Formats: sequence, structure tokens, C-alpha cells
Amino acid sequence: MTTVLKASGLTVERSDGASIIEDVSLSLERGEVMGIVGESGSGKSTLALALLAYARHGVRIAGGAVRVADTDMLELDPASLRKARREVVAYVAQDPGAALNPMLTLGTLLTEGLAGGKAEKVTRAREILRKVGLPDDEAFLQRRPRQLSGGQQQRIAIAMAVIAQPKLIILDEPTTGLDVSTRAKVLDLIRQLCISDNLTAIYVSHDLAVIANVADHVTVMYGGQVVEQGPMQEILATPRHPYTRALLDAVPSLQARQALRPIRGRVPAVGEAPDGCIFSDRCDYAVEACNTRPALRLVGGTQVRCVRPELGETFGVRPQAVGHSDGQVANSSAVLQANGVNAFYGYRQILFDVSLKVEPGRCLAVVGESGSGKSTLSRCLIGLHGNVTGEFRLDGKPLPLTVGQRDQYARQRLQYIFQNPNASLNPRRTIGASLAAALANRPEADSRPGAVIAEALERVGISPDLGTRYPAELSGGQRQRVAIARALVANPAVLLCDEVTSSLDVSVQASVIELLRSLLADGLGMLFVTHDLAVVRNIADTVAVLSAGRVVEQGEAHKVLGTPSHPYTQSLLANTLQLPTEAADLDMPVIAPRQSAAGSR
Amino acid sequence: MTVENQSDNATIGVFSRLQPLLARVSQGAMTLLAVSLLIFLAARALPGDVANMILGQSATQEQLDLLRTQLGLDQPLWWQYLVWLGGILRGDWGTSLSNGQPVADLLALGVRNSATLSGVALAIMLPLSLLVGVIAAQFRDGFVDKVFLGMSMVANAVPDFVTGTVLVALFATTVLHVLPAVSFIPPGDSPFSYPDALVLPATTVIIPGVMYLARLVRVAVIDVMATEYIQTAELKGLSPSRILFRHALPNAVAPIIPAASLVAAFTVGGVVVVEYLFAYPGVGSALVDAVTNRDLPVIQANVLVIASAYFIFNLIADSLAQRDETAGQRPSKT
Amino acid sequence: MEMTLHQRVRQRPASGWWRLWASTQVRWGVILLVAMTALVVVGPFLAPYDPAAPVGKPYDAPSASAWLGTDNLGRDVLSRVLSGGVYLAWMAPVSALLSVVIGAAVALVTAYYRGWTDLVLMRSLDVLLAFPGILLTLLCVSVFGPQPVLLVGLVVLTLMPGVARVIRGAALPLLDREYVLWAKAVGTPGPVIILRELLPNVSSPLLVELGLRLSWSVGILSSMSFIGYGIQPPAADWGLMVSENGTGLGTQPFAVLAPILMIVLYTIGGGLIAEGAARVMARTEGKA
Repeated sequence: MTTVLKASGLTVERSDGASIIEDVSLSLERGEVMGIVGESGSGKSTLALALLAYARHGVRIAGGAVRVADTDMLELDPASLRKARREVVAYVAQDPGAALNPMLTLGTLLTEGLAGGKAEKVTRAREILRKVGLPDDEAFLQRRPRQLSGGQQQRIAIAMAVIAQPKLIILDEPTTGLDVSTRAKVLDLIRQLCISDNLTAIYVSHDLAVIANVADHVTVMYGGQVVEQGPMQEILATPRHPYTRALLDAVPSLQARQALRPIRGRVPAVGEAPDGCIFSDRCDYAVEACNTRPALRLVGGTQVRCVRPELGETFGVRPQAVGHSDGQVANSSAVLQANGVNAFYGYRQILFDVSLKVEPGRCLAVVGESGSGKSTLSRCLIGLHGNVTGEFRLDGKPLPLTVGQRDQYARQRLQYIFQNPNASLNPRRTIGASLAAALANRPEADSRPGAVIAEALERVGISPDLGTRYPAELSGGQRQRVAIARALVANPAVLLCDEVTSSLDVSVQASVIELLRSLLADGLGMLFVTHDLAVVRNIADTVAVLSAGRVVEQGEAHKVLGTPSHPYTQSLLANTLQLPTEAADLDMPVIAPRQSAAGSR
Repeated sequence: MTVENQSDNATIGVFSRLQPLLARVSQGAMTLLAVSLLIFLAARALPGDVANMILGQSATQEQLDLLRTQLGLDQPLWWQYLVWLGGILRGDWGTSLSNGQPVADLLALGVRNSATLSGVALAIMLPLSLLVGVIAAQFRDGFVDKVFLGMSMVANAVPDFVTGTVLVALFATTVLHVLPAVSFIPPGDSPFSYPDALVLPATTVIIPGVMYLARLVRVAVIDVMATEYIQTAELKGLSPSRILFRHALPNAVAPIIPAASLVAAFTVGGVVVVEYLFAYPGVGSALVDAVTNRDLPVIQANVLVIASAYFIFNLIADSLAQRDETAGQRPSKT
Repeated sequence: MEMTLHQRVRQRPASGWWRLWASTQVRWGVILLVAMTALVVVGPFLAPYDPAAPVGKPYDAPSASAWLGTDNLGRDVLSRVLSGGVYLAWMAPVSALLSVVIGAAVALVTAYYRGWTDLVLMRSLDVLLAFPGILLTLLCVSVFGPQPVLLVGLVVLTLMPGVARVIRGAALPLLDREYVLWAKAVGTPGPVIILRELLPNVSSPLLVELGLRLSWSVGILSSMSFIGYGIQPPAADWGLMVSENGTGLGTQPFAVLAPILMIVLYTIGGGLIAEGAARVMARTEGKA
């Protein structure tokens, strides 16, 4: 065993002296893969870049040492540092679409850092292209990045990193933007390269399931600090830091519908961390002693930054499984129905004969990968997609296809919540004004708008005092809640949710899912568009699987996910990553959903 | 999947790329036609009877009528327009009403002088703005950058004749006396024989152009340097010069090329004022004189020439912008 | 970077126009323009002499009686400078304002409603853009004479298409923003969406355009005076003064430099506003 990476006391500061990461130490043997996991704002990407002795504009590496093989990365002069980045450490960025220069050919991108003659470089490029499963002909080498699909681009980025056979490769969320099946293939490639080339790698991700599937060791980051570090299995089995525990509890499981435990509060901003333990203000186990900052110490097989590491043994069982909502399933009729919907973009057909229905108090999940037409479907239902044929029914009565033809009542009954919380609220209006505008559209204008708005905000867990704030002053999760509150103000019957949790951190996602579940319990009907089967498992009562514009499988959630009949559903399920420990949790009691006569077909 | 789609695109690529260009050219030809009609009508609407103007107040009615028939002024307006247009296409631009010389000859002189002035100005302006912009970007938020930003704000706000007059005061009449305040170039001589007469007019055009373009270069370079692919290039251990010249500039220059053509168009349009200021014998000053003299054929010819040049640069700008949008998706040279 | 609520409240990102006022450059630009306008309005009353009457020899150097000397006809330069901005002071702001208002209205309405009117309107604006404004102005002025209202109309015609293009460019991406889609989905009428959702979100580019077009209005109008097709002698006008006294630049530079200074100050006012607004815009875009 040779130590490939030894980082110690690494600290990165903003120009005003506030630290973004603080006193981070890592150590990695040859052939090992270390996962670095954390939510947004945890400093994980800053750490990844610091390992290459790189700091973004306005940020500097203030202290510590990074030793890769025999190279002291932080002690090098610029020329040697460039040499080290060419030969010793390589980096793969999150978004290959942005990280590959659009003006250069793949051949140039792959070989520009290499020494040697032209012929030799081309040979190497072809070799590496074969290795990452791409064509190796001359025409392909002459392509430019934008002529490739997302998965191919990421393969190129990986090829670019490994072509010089570096000692260490740093992967910064390399699969985050990819579809489930593409992600599985890219992850396979990474695992395979790790084995065949005996790669030593750092794998940064916000997704514990991904980390669990590739890494031997894991470092959990929170607020710029390492809170827990150790062997993967050990940490999954006995998380000792309350944050690790909370993170695990917030991850929805594919196996069972569970109560998700959101983490209250929010990640401290740079320079705003509490004085003591950095997690203390959000921790359910905080005691007096947590007011002084704990050091990282070895407990069992893991390093933990907590004064009460023994808690790990007593955190209690994994979250409880919960049943489905108690909507009046058996005797309710569909509140929203779509029959034989076809939709087009120009002459291209996007949706083919799609039929589905939403029942009050129940959630229909529409599952599909990008390009499956799932977003078009929800746009059709809300009436924003003009080029559509078929039939919609709301409360049993025919619903016009486009929003212009619908009456105000119908527009109120259907409410839409968007994927991107950053753009769903007008940035130039206070959230109170945004909600008031929603109320103004209600035909029976309320005599006490203030009270209605306050009520809606409280329902989604936002203090009505925040009504005077602008969206930029709220966090992503808060904005998504406000968007939900704006929908509630209209007193709707059906919520159409388009990937509403996919841009949120897992702990925030947990809280939004819990909120949506409670709205279901209130009797709202819901259509939930998503690509994430674990989320589906945790919120949906019925599922429609959409592939290339067609519904390939539809039915009760536990049936579709438990015993999928269509090969596409099966491959989606097979490619969905989950935490390995969940296999052990299978014997956990699951409250069986009530059998219902009103299935979704 | 993408692979097949792309090769399909490559085969139809030639057509799909030519089509917008053809559409643009034909659209531009229509625009020029509309412009020519506008010029024709505007010139006709000028107060004063042409025949009267040529023959003077003492002419008899018969003489006037005869001349009108000779000039075709008794024909319907649309016929006169077609005759005029046909003449222009054949190279017959008519004769000047003020000095009786063929318009084509006068125009040739003016065009040569104006083209020289604009050409010299552009040849200096474009590389200079690239240089200034890159330097300002390198020293972003520093002293050099701030000075540049302040200067460019002033230079872009202030009209050309003000810049020119200040230059005259500085270098010709008031402070230093090193350059001529008036660009005297005898008819028929090349402007290059009188380089000192070119300096001030060219500088007057160059200053606002450089200040405008360099600003765009600066922003483009800063934007590109902040992209992930530049970060990737740095993390690949490439040299700063390779990053700047191979990775950053091609991406930064792309959005600037259309703007540069637009500046070229503005330069042509702005030539009127600058030439008048320095009494530089080009199409611009010829136009101002012709308007003063109500010299119809000369007005028409000069306006048409300036409008065409302006239009050509606009066309270039548009098609470059178009090309820029599809850059990266272009089938490669195989 | 994320900020805590506490920090955010302290530096409230005030909405729309107030956000722009927070820019130092915008503030200085406005102050400069207000001061210049005040000077132009009060100027004629402060003028020591009749701006049209000779008070001495041509091109007299500055003296106790004529602080800035005399011009080519022996008139008092100071009096002429003080009186020489009246036309500009109303024509430039009116042209700029009209260009921006009409341009923005055309841009927002066509961008929102699309369809064939959009196509026709934008195409005709392209034609206007393809014709150098100075030629149009020269032609029209030579036909109809240099009437102020005509000049304003021509400046608007010259500047408005550019404004429409910029604002349209800023508005088009907004149409795909979720808050606009949401407003459409709940049946908000088009005009309300344009005014409430689109307009406040193009406030920065609008102010950039207003500042820029104000500078350019001043530029075009004074250039027209300068080449003799704007305000006619014997009226006092800055652009005209520069051309009238050009030959005396060597002997009596003040007759040229004083009006130039006024034009420069006026245009810089607009430039500062545009610059400040552009920076606010870049900052908010960087954040988003």
C-alpha cells in the first residue's frame, strides 16, 4: 500500500477572511476511492478544487498541505503546478456541456496536455476513446463537444482526465446532470476504470446513494468542515454524527414509503457559522458542551467531529414506514382526467394517446427520463401547450384544452408548481405581492386577503412575516414553499407538480415531500412529475411510466415499483441507485396500502 | 443516436447554411430598393424646380419646357424612377447640377477618399480594440481598467464632432501645431500622399470605435475566463498563453465580430460629420455640399453609396451573428 | 453565495427602480442632468448680454466685460453659451423618452403576443436600422426645413428601432420564466402580464437605453446643428457655435470649447446613467 493522497489542515478562505473550508484532512491509498458528500454550501467542490491547488476568483487557499504521490501541490511554482495538473492530478467537472470548450475538436481536447508527437498523441486518443466506450475514428476526433449527447460528453471529460494516467483523479459530481440510465452507465465506466487502471479517485457528490455505490471511504462535509470520515460500510451502518444520521434519514428509499426527517433550519452561510459545533443550531442532540467547537476524533473506525459520538449507538431505528394517504379512495371519482392526449411540437409528436386520471387525496406520479414528454404532459394539462388534441375532464365536466378557453373557475382548480424555485416567483415583487396577485385572480375575491395569504404561508411552514421579502432573500426550499402557498391561495382541487424537488438538497426535499404528503391528506389531488423513483415511492399512490411519449405502464405505486411488468420500468428500477443498507431494512414493517377498486386504469 | 443525426445534418448543412444567407441578401436587396425609392422621392420633393435651377431666373418658358423634356421631368414619376434606377445600374449616374461634371466621376473621387479614411480607421481600430480590451480584462477592477471604463464611457457618450474639435484644438490650432486642422487633398490625388491630413479624421473615428469595441472585448474576455471550460483548461495544466489564445480568445471574439461589423457600418454613417468637420473631400462632405446646393443627382448618388456600404456591413454583421449562433454545431472540416 | 436572512435584510435588494437609484453612477448622472437642465432654463436670464447682439470685435479674448470673450461676429460667448441649450434641453430628453417608451412598448407587446404583427413590425424596424439615421435626417431636413418637431421625430425614428431590439432581446427569455408561465396559467390578461411581470424585470436595460439614447439624442441634434441642418443662425445653439467659431479655434478657443464643455457634460450625464444601470444589471445577472 502506498499513500497517494495526503491532505492535511486544508483551509480555504474568502478574501474577507471567512473560511469556506476549514482544517480538512484526507488520506487515500493507491486504488481507493473516497467519496465526499455534502449538501450545497458544504464546501465540497471548493475542497475538490483545493486538492488541485486551485481556488476560484476571490478565494484563496489559506493553509494546509496537499501531497499527491511525491508532489507537494501547494508548494509548487506555476510551471511545476501546471506540470503536476497535467501528470499527477486530474479533474472531471460536473457539467461536461460547460466544461468542454465548444470551439475545439475532441482530438485537441483530449491530447493538448500530452507530450509527444502528433501520431503518438492520436494513438493515445484512440486508445482512450475505446476505453471509455466511444467511437475512435478520425471523424469522431474531429467533432466538437456540442455534437455529442450528455453521456458522451461526460465520457470525453473522463477520457480527458485519465489520458495522461494521473496518480489521482478528482470527480466533481460527474453524473449529477445525467438521466438515470446514462448515469448508471457512466458510473459503471468509472468503477471499471478504477479497477482496470487501479485508479485512485476522489468522488464528490451530494447523493449518498451514488457515493455508496462507488466509494470505499466517505467524508461527510457540513458547513466547510469534515463532520465524519471513515470506511463507507461503517458509516452507513453506524453513523455517529447527528448530521450524517439526519442526512441518511432524509434520503427517500425505493423500497418503502417512509417518514422522511427533514433537517430543520438551513446550512450556515460562509462566515455565519455558530461559534461552537457547526451543526449545533440544527441538532436535536445539542447540549451545553456543543458550544465549544469539537475536534475530529477517532471513534470506532471513523473520525467524528462530535462531543457525543456514543450517540451513534442510540440514534434509534431507521424512520418508520408510513402508509398511503387516507383519501376516500374507493368511492371517489377522478377530479382530473385526460383521455387520448396527443401533443406536438411543430410536426413532431411528443405525446401519443396518453390517458390518466388524478383522484382527490391521491397522488399520481408521472415518471420518465428527459425527452419522455413528461413536462409537456403537465404543460398540456395546465393549458400552456397549444398544439394538443384529446380530451380533458375536470370534476367530470369537459375542460378546454388551452388556458385561454378555460373559465376562471377551472384555472383556479388546477394549480401548477414549477421545477425551478428560483424563477417561479417574480424577482421584482415581494412574496406577499406575488400571493396577492394570485388571490386577485380568484373570482370570489376575498374580503380579507391578508388573512388568506397569512394562512397559506403558515400552511407551508413560512412565517407570514416573510411576506415583505423578495424571493432573492429566501432559500431555494423556502421559495418552493412560497410557490406552493401561491397555489394554495387559489383554493385548488389539483396540484400539478413538475419536478418540484429535483433542484433541492436532499434534506430540503424531505421537508417539501412531507409538506406535499400533508396536502394530500387534506384531500388535494396531485400529479407529480419526476424522474426519481425513490421520490415516487415516497409520495405516489399511482404511477404512470412515460417513455418516448407513451405510457408504457400504469397502476398502483407498490405494484408498478414492486413487480414492474414493462421492460422499461424494470430497467429504470434496476438503474436507480440506493443506499446498500436498505437491503437490510427490507424486513421493516411496511403498512400495506389499502386495496382500492379505483386503480388508475 | 446523436451520431446519426449529426451526419444527416452534415449533408444538408450546405443548404441550410446558405439559405439564411440568400434570404438575407434578397431581403437586403429589397431594403436597398426601398432606400433608393425613398432617396428618389425625397430628392424630388426638394423645394425648387430643377430646370429653373439649371437655367436660372432669366430662362423663358420654352427653354424650361425643352429642358424638362430633355431631363425627362415631364414623364410620370414611376417612369422617371425606373429610368433613374436603370441609369444607375448601367453606371450612368447623371451630371451634377452645380458644376456639370458627371456624377460618376465626382463619386469615384469621394468614394476613394472615404474608403481610404474608413479603411485606415478600421484597420487600426479592430486590432487596437482587441488589445485594449484584453488588457483591461486582465487588470479587471484595477486602476488601468477603471481609467479605461471612465474614458470609454465619455468617448461613447460624446458626439464625433466634439471629439474631433477637441483633437483639432489639441494638435492643430490651440495647444500644439503639428497637424493640419483641415484635410486638404487635391482632387485626383491619393489620400496616402497626404498622410498628415488623414491622421486627425481617422483618429476621430478610431477613438469612439475602439472605446466601444474594447469594452465588448473586455466583457467577453471576462465572461469567457469565468466559464467552466477555462477552469477545466487551467486544471488540465495548460499554459496561460495557450489558455488565452487557443481556449479563450476564439470564444471571446465570436460575439465581437458582429459588433465589429456594426461599428464599421456606424463608421460609414458617421463619416458625414467627420468629413464635414475636417473638410475632408469624401462622400460625406460631398453630400452636405450637395444638399446645400440642392444638387439632386449628387445627393442621390452619395446617399445611395453610403446606404449601400452601411447595408453591406450590416449584412456581414448579421450573417456573422448567425454563424456564431450555430458555431460549435458546425460540421467540422473533414 | 448564500447569505443569512439577517445580512439580506440589512442590504435589502430594493425592487425595480430604487435598486437602480442605489447605483452611485446613476445618481451622479441624474444630478448632472438636473443641474444642466436647471442651468439651461435659468441661463437666458443670467446672460449678461443679448446673445444675438455684437458687443465687441470678433474673436476678442476673455476680458472683464466678456468673461469668455466674443465669437466670430463679436457676440458675447458667455451669453450665447448660457442661452444655447434651450432647444437641446427639451428636444433631447423628449426624443430619448419617446424612443425608449415607443421602443419598449413595441418590443414588449410584440414579444408577448408574437404572431404575424410581430414579424411585420420587427422586419420594418430592421429596415429602419439598415438605413443610417444621419442620411434620413439630412434628406428630410433638406426637404422640409429644420423644424424642431421634425428633428425630434427623426431622432426618434433613428433611435427607436435599436431600443426595441435591445428590450425585445431582454424580454424574450422572460417569457419562458416560470412566473410568467404561472401568470398565463391562471388566466392573467396579457396587458397585466406585460406591465406587472415583464416591465419591472426589464427596468435595468430600459434605464441603460434611456441614458444611452439621451446621450445619442444630444449627439445627433448637436451634430445636425454643427453641419448646419439643425437650429439655424442667428439663434444661439451649442452645436452651431462650435461650427461658427471653428475657424477662430486658434485665436479664441473659448468660443468653441465652452459650448463643447456643455455638450460633454450633458452627454456624460446620460452616459453615467447608462453605465450605472448596466453595472446593476451585470451584478444581478451574476447573482442569479
